[in-house]
Amino acid sequence: MTYKERVDGRKFDETRKMEAKVGVIPNADGSAYFKIGNTAAYAAVYGPKNLHPKFLQDPSKGILRCNYNMMPFSSSGDRVRPGSSRRSKEISFVTKEALLPVLDLKEYPNSVVDVFIELPQTEAGSRCAGICAASMALADAGLAMKDLVAAVSVGRIDDKLVVDLDYNEESYEDGPVADIPIAMMPNQDKITLLQMDGLVSKDDLKKVLEMGKKVCKDIYEVQKKALKDRYGASK
Amino acid sequence: MSKINVKDKDISVPGEILAVGMDSFPGIGTYREGENIIAARLGLVQLDGRTIKLIPLSGRYNPKKYDTIIGKVIDVAMSGWRLETNSPYSAMLSMKEATSQFINRGADLTKFYDIDDYVSCKIVQVTSQKLVDVTMKGMGLQKLKGGRIINVSSNKVPRIVGKQGSMVSMIKDATKCNITVGQNGLIWINGPPEGELLAVKSIRKIEEESHLSGLTDKIKEFLEKNKPKFAVDNNDKPEPKTN
Amino acid sequence: MSNELREHIIKLFGSDTRLDGRKLTEYRPVKVETDVTPNAEGSARVTIGQTEIMVGIKVEVMEPYPDTPNEGSIMVGAELLPLSSPNFEQGPPSIQAVELARVVDRGIRESKCLDFKKLCIKEGEKIWMIIVDIVTINDAGNLFDASSLGAIAAMKNMKFPEYKDGKIDYKKKTNKGIDLKDTPLSVTVIKIGDKFIVDPDSDEEQATDARLSVASLSDGTLCAMQKGGDVPLSVEDVEKMVDLGLEKGKELRKLVK
Repeated sequence: MTYKERVDGRKFDETRKMEAKVGVIPNADGSAYFKIGNTAAYAAVYGPKNLHPKFLQDPSKGILRCNYNMMPFSSSGDRVRPGSSRRSKEISFVTKEALLPVLDLKEYPNSVVDVFIELPQTEAGSRCAGICAASMALADAGLAMKDLVAAVSVGRIDDKLVVDLDYNEESYEDGPVADIPIAMMPNQDKITLLQMDGLVSKDDLKKVLEMGKKVCKDIYEVQKKALKDRYGASK
Repeated sequence: MSKINVKDKDISVPGEILAVGMDSFPGIGTYREGENIIAARLGLVQLDGRTIKLIPLSGRYNPKKYDTIIGKVIDVAMSGWRLETNSPYSAMLSMKEATSQFINRGADLTKFYDIDDYVSCKIVQVTSQKLVDVTMKGMGLQKLKGGRIINVSSNKVPRIVGKQGSMVSMIKDATKCNITVGQNGLIWINGPPEGELLAVKSIRKIEEESHLSGLTDKIKEFLEKNKPKFAVDNNDKPEPKTN
Repeated sequence: MSNELREHIIKLFGSDTRLDGRKLTEYRPVKVETDVTPNAEGSARVTIGQTEIMVGIKVEVMEPYPDTPNEGSIMVGAELLPLSSPNFEQGPPSIQAVELARVVDRGIRESKCLDFKKLCIKEGEKIWMIIVDIVTINDAGNLFDASSLGAIAAMKNMKFPEYKDGKIDYKKKTNKGIDLKDTPLSVTVIKIGDKFIVDPDSDEEQATDARLSVASLSDGTLCAMQKGGDVPLSVEDVEKMVDLGLEKGKELRKLVK
């Protein structure tokens, strides 16, 4: 079988349309909004701040906590019951692991940086959108970061290698699919999130990671512009 | 010869390559990797000779020795008070350092400073584990009575104060308000209602536009344009300036 | 709450002004947008000053409650997301969130503007359940009024999905919505000292002595009320607060055509 063309007419190495804005939640120390296709994520950063209870504190550096959550009305099918699920707990955890490598929290021992990710609408690629938003929010909060983090899903649909799988592609049934969310430090080409489910050969994996590298650099440009616009750089 | 990709007052984001070449130096907010000098935060470029610095535009306050800050009382203990400092770390104000008056052992400390009171104080010690001690013995350090407290990014405090206090003095004069600026980003404003409102708006304007040029003139114009008609009322006479 | 700040707020009231320069009965700028999120059956975003909330409606088909076999149902939930304020924590709904949801719920349910019989698909077997979810994006005071506005705006915006052969096809929207016979709206009036204000910001909420949320219909009939705050109110206080609530309700109603 062959995957002739994408449902929405995109090229195989093209992402859906992206939108980014920084400084959207006044109460937060840093915040951002990131949208790709019909998937959108808010991220808010609170911290560094006091950490309770005391046994969680690290005397050598601040710690990072992430919470990923989908709003009840965000899914294209049934309502999402409020509260955490095993899925959201796992995504929160890998999100934290994806963001931690760029942060330097040694200046803030015994403290915590909280990142909250909330999605008002989801249509595939939600954990990646969350990471893109969170990384801008961390920079907006003034934290020391050696790079931003950009994330996108790459993969394989039948005989084609693609980037940014949408909902239809994730649930493609006419042939083998591999869904590979990745997060990268775009200026260092280092991977901080890598998950995969589906079927893919080693050679195809190598190729599709290279495609992902390029897309993450494109996402970095979108994030960079949103951060600069926040401070009136285009004025 | 280094290739410098940015100019003064450019905004830079983490990961951006600011310069390439070994004869540029990484200043604060940047780091070197191989030939590249890279941005280590979101910040404003400042070229200082061969050194490239990034000035923070945002970020929470980190307590520093000798800073004058505004703290809020969150706990009254046996021998002192615990203060919130608008940072991840609380500060301790001991009985001994609270006031130049003598406090009897066993006195009711809440009579001096109670929960939710705001005080101006000076940091005398910050340990490596970020234990902070403050004192209120010093010129102008006092409980802040009346007025309101606003919270700005601590990075903007130098711009709000201005060279030798010129900016904040300009605001005080135009608004007839008493203003105390804490290095930790808390600012106390007390004066006639219209004056307080204008002071808050001017400070917020400085916060938003601190990295743009011509700020002093812009603020001067803003204060002129929005000059309030002060109600002539004995109750609104500002208290004598204490700092 | 700092006593100093509360005293300062009261002093400002004496000059007929508030911390941000508003008049005592003035709202911050209010904006209502609908159809703001594509996967909900109905949605709205409300901003009042810097306070921002979103409301999304999802529908489900279920068996009716045994005592009302030919009536559908409505459920209102509210989440005070930790993303929206340093004061909200991760975890199960706080009493603040529960009160918010129930107050908004009563404002709609008790107004009798929703005909539950119209939500019946097959008597005794299948009915529509309308689930209204309120989430906070930024809390700068007055979540009650923002939520009440948002819930009604979202309900007016709602369209039922196609229901065929016992299955809901969320991807296909019909052009049938909920018929609301009226537009119930809630206005929260705050008492600080001996003055009354509407639309409190965060500082004023902390300085609140007592609050009264007043839900009304377009003809001025009251349909729900909730008193909060630990300072008691006199009957005259309540009358004044109800009058103010009705007056402001009229103004806000214009935003939700």
